[in-house]
Parts: sequence; C-alpha cells; structure tokens
Amino acid sequence: MQLALFIIFGGLALVGALNLLFQRHPIHSALSLVVVMMSLAVLYWSLGAEFLAAAQVIVYSGAIMVLFVFVIMLLNAGKEERTRGSRAAYAVGFPGAAAIFCLLSFVFLSERGALMTSNIGGDLSNAVDNIAQVSAMLFTRQLLPFEVTSVLILVAILGAVVLARKEQ
Amino acid sequence: MTHLTNFELFLLLSALKVAVVLVITLLGVAYTVLLERKLLARIQNRWGPCRVGPFGLLQPLVDGAKSFLKEDMNPLAVERPLFILAPILALGCALISVAVVPFGAVTRVDGVDLFQIANVNIGLLVILGITSIGVYGIALSGWSSNNKYSLLGSLRSTAQVVSYELALGLSLVGVVLRAQSLNLRTIVSSQSAHGALSWNIFGGFQTVAFFIYLMAAYAETNRAPFDLPEAENELVAGYHTEYSSMKFAMFFMAEYANMITVSCVATLLFLGGASSPFGHIFDGFLRTPVLNAIFPVCWFVAKVFAFLALYIWVRGTLPRFRYDQLMSFGWKFLLPLAMANIIVTSFVLAMRG
Repeated sequence: MQLALFIIFGGLALVGALNLLFQRHPIHSALSLVVVMMSLAVLYWSLGAEFLAAAQVIVYSGAIMVLFVFVIMLLNAGKEERTRGSRAAYAVGFPGAAAIFCLLSFVFLSERGALMTSNIGGDLSNAVDNIAQVSAMLFTRQLLPFEVTSVLILVAILGAVVLARKEQ
Repeated sequence: MTHLTNFELFLLLSALKVAVVLVITLLGVAYTVLLERKLLARIQNRWGPCRVGPFGLLQPLVDGAKSFLKEDMNPLAVERPLFILAPILALGCALISVAVVPFGAVTRVDGVDLFQIANVNIGLLVILGITSIGVYGIALSGWSSNNKYSLLGSLRSTAQVVSYELALGLSLVGVVLRAQSLNLRTIVSSQSAHGALSWNIFGGFQTVAFFIYLMAAYAETNRAPFDLPEAENELVAGYHTEYSSMKFAMFFMAEYANMITVSCVATLLFLGGASSPFGHIFDGFLRTPVLNAIFPVCWFVAKVFAFLALYIWVRGTLPRFRYDQLMSFGWKFLLPLAMANIIVTSFVLAMRG
C-alpha cells in the first residue's frame, strides 16, 4: 500500500516538477508547483507525518501558491520568451546539479544502514498522535529557534506593512 | 463473509460508504437549493417553486435535467484546459471534505465504522486544507474565462477567501484547545457529557468563537452578506459569467456543497455533533442497537438543517457589504477577536490545570 502510494505520488511530483520547468505560461508553472506540493503532502502522510502533511497543504498549496497565482493574475503576465540561455547558467548549472546529486547520493549511501531499520508509517495506525509529539518538541527543546523564527516572520510582516502603506 | 480478507472487506465497505455519502450529499445539495428558494420566497411573501410535484418537491430534479440538456457553450478566447478544470476543482474540493465528517455515533460493523468514511487524527486540518485548495476553482475560472467581470469577481473572491480563512482557522483553535485533539470524533465526544450544556457554544464558553466562525464561514462560502464575488449589479455574475450548462451547475452545486460542509463543521465543533441535546437522560428509552445508531444521525441532520436555515434567513435579511468594509471587518475586527478568544481560552484552561 505504502509502496504503491510512493510510486504514484513520487511520480506525480516528478512530472509536476518537470512540467513546471517546461510550461511557458507562468500560471501553468504555478499550478504544476501546486501539484508538486500536494504530492509531497501525500508522501509525508504515507510516512506517518500527518501534521506536516496538513501544514504543507494549508500553508504552501492553500496560502502561498494562491498568492502566487493571484499576483500572476493581477499582473496578467504573458507567455515567457524562450532564449538559448546564458553561458554562465550552463557553466555553473550543470556542474552544480551534478555536485548536489553526488552530495545527496553520498549522504544516502553512507547512511544506508539506518535507512531500512526505521519503522516508517508506524504512526498510521492512529496509535500515536504526532501533533502532540511535534508540539512538545517545538515548545521544549526547540523553543529558542521556534521563537526566533516567529520574531523573524513578525519582522517580515511589519516590513510588508511599511512597504504597502501610502505616503502621508 | 469468511471468504473475504480483512483488507478486501474494508475496501468494499469503504467504497459503499463513499457511494452512499456522495449520493446523500448531492441530494442534500439539490434540496438545499429548493429549501433556499422556498424560505426566501416566504421571507419575501411569495410562494416560491410550487408547480412541479407536490409543494414543488420535484423542482431540483427538473432543474438538474434542464442544465444537462442546455447547450454547453465554450467561448473562443478561453484558456481551454483551465476553463474545464476550474469547475471540477471547485465541486471536487467541496465534496471531498465530507469524507472526514462523523455523522453518527461510533457504530462498528466488522471493525468498520459505519457513520464516517475516514477517521483521521487531523480531521479538522484536512477540512481546512481542502477548503483552502477550493480557492483555485474560483481563481482559475475567473482568469481562464478571459473576461474582465470574471477576473474582477475571482480576484475579489480569492482575496476574500484567503483573508477570512485566517479568522476561520483561529476561531477553531479554542475548540481544539478544549478537546486537546484535532480528531473530529474526539472533539465531538469532548462535548457529550451533559447534552446541550456541555456543547462548545454554551458550556464550553466558545460562544464568541462560534460567532466568529459563523461570519467567517459565510465569507468563505461567498454567501450573503459577503457575496461580493457574484454581486450581480456590479459584476454581471462574477467568476462564472462565461460558464453555461453543467459547468455552471457544478459551480452552483459547489457553493451549496460548501454550505453543507461548513454547517457540518459548525455542528461538530460547536453544537456537539451527533450527540443528543438532552445528554443521557433518554438513553433508557432506546436500548435497541438499531435505534441507538439512527437517533444520533437524526440529531446531526437536524442540527445541520438548522444551520442551513440560518444561512438562508441571513441571506433573506441582510444587505451586502461594501468591499473595503468587508476587508476591514475581517482583518481589523474578526482576526483580533479570534486571537483574544484564543488567549482567554488558553489562560482559563491553564488556570484550571
């Protein structure tokens, strides 16, 4: 069951990501990104991280991407133009992508021992409420980073308000 | 049923539950439309639909047949795939959230809960998430129609829904704090101790939260007095101006399905879900298992029905907001009020240990 879900939604995420790159209209790209977010949420859920899945859907697909689409609609952005690409992008892009691929495969291969042992999806039996676990972790051991992040977001909100205010 | 494995049985029963709930929800949608037309007519001192069938009861079926038979027009300049996707998205999202609603007491047959399709730990968040995805239906329909009225309507609507989602979500936090869970069953059972006295709206002291939820929910479903997205005197018909036949009908059904979902959530979170308002006083009268299963469903339906009637009553009574009034009401009044409610609730809960 879990393998089937992984194959379906992992594939969907990949297709969405590729579509995001190949579509020429910004709104189609934004919608492909929504598909990617939703498939990621399903993957999180199938791994037992239900709160993370819900947060992914509500925050990313439901709020941030809606604002993206909103802005694209407001600006009425047209189709993007295709160019041959800059030389710098080719020079940095391909080695960079290769480096990230190598780094990731190195991490996964070196931690191979731990990969198969963890009980993935064990929380799906509704035995453990993982919201309680996440919040206990956030408000005890991770309290300082949590509060610092919230202050950072508050600063961003204030900045947005200042920028959006009309000149008196 | 011995020749079926547990998994097959679960799959079969789930498919059956999905089919039954879907049919009942769609029938509910059709008859909510009739209820609205009848009630509005009574409020305005008219008869309402009364020609088709006794008391006009067959009107929804005839209306459905009519929209099926109408010509499905596709304007030339529309963005084809999105134009078709938008109504599907709107209706789909509106119907999916019913899947996590428990509409009866826990009744197990072969280990499968009869009165809920899926009991998930984060039921409430699932409903909120699906509601927030439903915005795309409106946003995309307006944009892909290539029509200025549609675009204006959908921009208004998107902004409105995104703003009121905050107040809506925050108004529910008090209830979640009280139940200490996001599981809808647990939230319902946290209010079932003394009947109506322990419902969140009365005994749970979430009355303020209920009114915030009420107003935010009206705005979320684009209903009067917040029906700006389809304000016909300003925007022709808003985001579904270019839609005809079944595609229009899908938007129409999505609106009413959303109303039903919102009423279900209000019932579950503030009105004690499927529990009786009299608590356990009359438990002795209905000892048989069948009655024990049926009565809670009746209570649930009655509560949802009452909430829908309130919806319609409000539509028949209140004038529409102006757009800036709508925004300042949401951001400057409902949002701070919801936050104050959270602070007071958590303070009281912390004091009581």
